[in-house]
Amino acid sequence: MKPVNQKAWLLILPVVLCVAFSAVLPLMTVVNYSVQDIISPERRVFVGTEWFKSVMRDEDLQGALLRQIGFSLAVLLVEIPLGIGLALSMPAKGARSSAVLVMVAISLLIPWNVVGTIWQIYGRTDIGLMGAALAKLGIDYSYTGNATDAWFTVLLMDVWHWTPLVALLCFAGLRAIPDAYYQAARIDGASKFAVFRFIQLPKLRGVLMIAVLLRFMDSFMIYTEPFVLTGGGPGNATTFLSQYLTQKAVGQFDLGPAAAFSLIYFLIILLLCFILYNWMQRVGQDAATTEGAAHG
Amino acid sequence: MDERRFKKRVVFLLLYLLFAILPVYWMVNMSFKTNEEILSTFSLWPQHFTLAHYHTIFTDESWYSGYINSMIYVAINTAISLVVALPAAYAFSRYSFLGDKHVFFWLLTNRMTPPAVFLLPFFQLYTTLGMMDTHIAVALAHLLFNVPLAVWILEGFMSGIPREIDETAYIDGYSFPRFFLTIFIPLIKAGVGVAAFFCFMFSWVELLMARTLTSVNAKPIVAVMTRTVSASGMDWGVLAAAGVLTIVPGAIVIWFVRHYIAKGFAMGRV
Repeated sequence: MKPVNQKAWLLILPVVLCVAFSAVLPLMTVVNYSVQDIISPERRVFVGTEWFKSVMRDEDLQGALLRQIGFSLAVLLVEIPLGIGLALSMPAKGARSSAVLVMVAISLLIPWNVVGTIWQIYGRTDIGLMGAALAKLGIDYSYTGNATDAWFTVLLMDVWHWTPLVALLCFAGLRAIPDAYYQAARIDGASKFAVFRFIQLPKLRGVLMIAVLLRFMDSFMIYTEPFVLTGGGPGNATTFLSQYLTQKAVGQFDLGPAAAFSLIYFLIILLLCFILYNWMQRVGQDAATTEGAAHG
Repeated sequence: MDERRFKKRVVFLLLYLLFAILPVYWMVNMSFKTNEEILSTFSLWPQHFTLAHYHTIFTDESWYSGYINSMIYVAINTAISLVVALPAAYAFSRYSFLGDKHVFFWLLTNRMTPPAVFLLPFFQLYTTLGMMDTHIAVALAHLLFNVPLAVWILEGFMSGIPREIDETAYIDGYSFPRFFLTIFIPLIKAGVGVAAFFCFMFSWVELLMARTLTSVNAKPIVAVMTRTVSASGMDWGVLAAAGVLTIVPGAIVIWFVRHYIAKGFAMGRV
């Protein structure tokens, strides 16, 4: 066990101060707004939980929330397995490894608004490579006209953009497995799948936890890319929560409801992350105990 | 059997790389085309090769200063993130103390708040402090999501280092700062490299906060780019050229940390 040492607080103090400066004051402002009706900077009326009630009843919001949950689940279901597979296929050593690493990482380094813009052109059937290729194949594709196409284009864009994050984390995790484990598996005559299931996957637990939570939080807050690509349309097929919030806060300047919405939004992410975090921890521990039992 | 399996992996990898590179290729392709060609014809490579878009960026001060501004605040942000996260990650990986788990999770929660939530409060906060349109304001705002990530990653690396190393050093009479700087940090170089890459990346590509907090003097490249939308339509070529140029600094950073990533890390705690 780790020794108890209250002086360790001194070491984390800078972090707490830095983050609190950026987080606590703004969050208090948001809480403050969420219970007031701001008619003008000088005239404010305390309205209690009224905004929260109206936000909860908002049907557009419920629609955006459902779309958001569906989208984030799809993101996890595609990107996590694909990222693991990619990490397993990347060459481990040499110049080829470096080249692949840089190529894989490129999409992460492109500013988000540019990502949206590239895909905007890339998906057009007249002047974009992907759109033109799909049209050549005889597929009636239009990300601006068809809601399903738009949704899948946003998903594909996200997969293209963020799978490298999962892959890089898993790649780094795989490199940390000592060779002795593989040698032992070879002596036991373990199959490739057994090596993956009983050696690689358990060792990747820590990095996968980061990858899953990061991808979940970030996809739940996705804003810039779909905003640029589809503007939320057609209709509201790709209007996710963040965009709906921004419309409210900036477009309509409804500060009170927007603030209440922000807090509810934050609590939803917090709750879902908490569930995911605990679930992954439990799955990991179960795996660890069965593993221990198998060895003992 | 093994041979075939190997081939399957290579095919999968090549297919993915193709999927990853094609949109980037399309951007590079666009950056060398004239605007008329971009919008009127489908061509796999530029028919009328032009460097005009790059020329625009390198000669117009508002464009290239965007790159400089971005680099300044990203560098400040990465430096602060690492400096504050290193001791904190050490504390989390080595000691238990009152509220340690709660503080750790609280740090993560700051990464879970949609940036849109912070826009207005940040605007007011930094206006009050008279820090609007400065590099430091953006750097501080980006700490919100980078510090928790840096602590998280570094803590994982540190937990992989046996505690006996600390104890031996203390017995040998090392003070904590000396031990930390001369023995411990070199041991987790890889972690520092990976954490630095992630901080760089997230700060480099963030648009909403950076745009809200700046107007002229510290305007980042991501915000300058939005200017390509004008009344006369969009200047696609310049936008594509600017996009190509935004990849360059990041590609250099990843080239430097690639060995650290390839060295690997297993996360201890989470």
